[in-house]
Amino acid sequence: MHCPLNGPRNISEFTYGGEYKPMPDPRQCSDSEWADYVFNSDNRAGLVTEWWMHNASSYWFLAERHTVTDEIIRTFDPKEIFTQRIDFGADGSKETTA
Amino acid sequence: MPFSLLKYGLSSEYPAEVDLPAPKELKPSYDVVIIGGGGHALATAYYLSKYHGVTNIAVLEKAYLGGGNTARNTAVIRSNYLTSEGVRFYAESVKLFRDLSNEFDFNIMYSERGQLTLAHTDATVRAFRQRAEVNKHFGGRTEMIDRQQIRELVPTLNLDPGHLPVLAGLWHIDGATARHDAVAWGYAKQAAKRGVEIHQLTEVQDFVVENNHVTAIRTNRGTVRCGCAVQAVAGSSSLLLNKLGIRAPIHTYPLQAMVTQPFKPFLDPLVSSSALHCYVQQTSRGEIVIGGGSDPYPLYNTRSTLDLKESLLAHAIEMFPFMANAKLMRQWAGITDMTPDYSPIMGLSPLDNYYLDAGWGTWGFKATPICGKTMAELIASGGKVPELIAPFSLARFSTFQQVNEMGATAASH
Repeated sequence: MHCPLNGPRNISEFTYGGEYKPMPDPRQCSDSEWADYVFNSDNRAGLVTEWWMHNASSYWFLAERHTVTDEIIRTFDPKEIFTQRIDFGADGSKETTA
Repeated sequence: MPFSLLKYGLSSEYPAEVDLPAPKELKPSYDVVIIGGGGHALATAYYLSKYHGVTNIAVLEKAYLGGGNTARNTAVIRSNYLTSEGVRFYAESVKLFRDLSNEFDFNIMYSERGQLTLAHTDATVRAFRQRAEVNKHFGGRTEMIDRQQIRELVPTLNLDPGHLPVLAGLWHIDGATARHDAVAWGYAKQAAKRGVEIHQLTEVQDFVVENNHVTAIRTNRGTVRCGCAVQAVAGSSSLLLNKLGIRAPIHTYPLQAMVTQPFKPFLDPLVSSSALHCYVQQTSRGEIVIGGGSDPYPLYNTRSTLDLKESLLAHAIEMFPFMANAKLMRQWAGITDMTPDYSPIMGLSPLDNYYLDAGWGTWGFKATPICGKTMAELIASGGKVPELIAPFSLARFSTFQQVNEMGATAASH
């Protein structure tokens, strides 16, 4: 697998982190919407976008992989999708520091 | 006797017994369509036809009978689970397994050898105590044993593998093994005898849904209408659910296993270790079956990886050092549909006449009989969920009532 930070490394150096799915706003969404986000999955046989981590550098990135052929099409830094910092404060207050 | 044998041989209508009738065209309509042709599907068809008088059933299998995970599991039967829901369910399954050979008049080679799980840490010992007590409570035979007793049971076992000395064991006397193909064939033969149509090489391609009902199913051999339908397709569960727009918490992982060359009988119980992510048993042919946890990431493929083989075998050799000289005969993988809480998804779906038997991950074979029986009850009653499977509904994930079954696989946690 090609790590966007460290270059090509053995697959055993990486940890799978689940499929990438957009998170609903935890303060606005209903319980069932949240349960759907936490548990449910399309579990597609085909091209998917997933989170992966390079163990040694604890670096998280995204990968496009085919779940039938096990072919890794592309790996990229999450910056491409996450352009803004997400605030996880429970009541909307700025608990996290930028 | 020789005369009757001669007569048999010369008979023009050669009276050979037919196990499964030759395939026919699909009928335009069935009361029940069962998607999948593995143990669970065939068991459901069998119990429906035998105990509920429903015989207008089609079993649709995309490849051949019992060719999926029914033939790819490592044939372990046990009920030493952790949760009360799990133990009750699997204990019932073990009881049914015991009588299957008689019921089929066909030998499934059920062999009650006991299953030994090893604890290498204090935390595991505590968890085992709990499991032993829960099991006893529900009538299972499970007890804690110490190092001396383990040594007597399995003299060839290395009790001090590297940094992980064995502290105690969970001895599950009801643990058993059986020939998994025979279970599927037995169910298929008996169901076919009662009029169930089994269609192999028949792949479900799409569904016709009207008013929240599945009214017809499109296959590569034509469309059939159905009174109700049930899916029991293991690793492909999500693929069917996606066609119906049903959301489910299933992830598909391969699980790899292998067998060595045959040895003289040396290992009676099934031995597993959660710390070493490995389980080992000797088949009646003498081969050693080695299995472990699922692959580290999801895939719809039964390919083999050197990484997993290496780590699995390293652990197997720590348990049984003499196996370092053994040769591997075969390796294979199955595609498992894992759920977040290691319990199955059984029962109702959001559609009125569509039932689910999915999320069987790595623990499906041992549940085959009870699964067929309870699914048959559910279908025959038109959707009244039997008490035994009520905790395993798909709805548990939207109400946050999971059944955390950490005892589900001997190896992955």
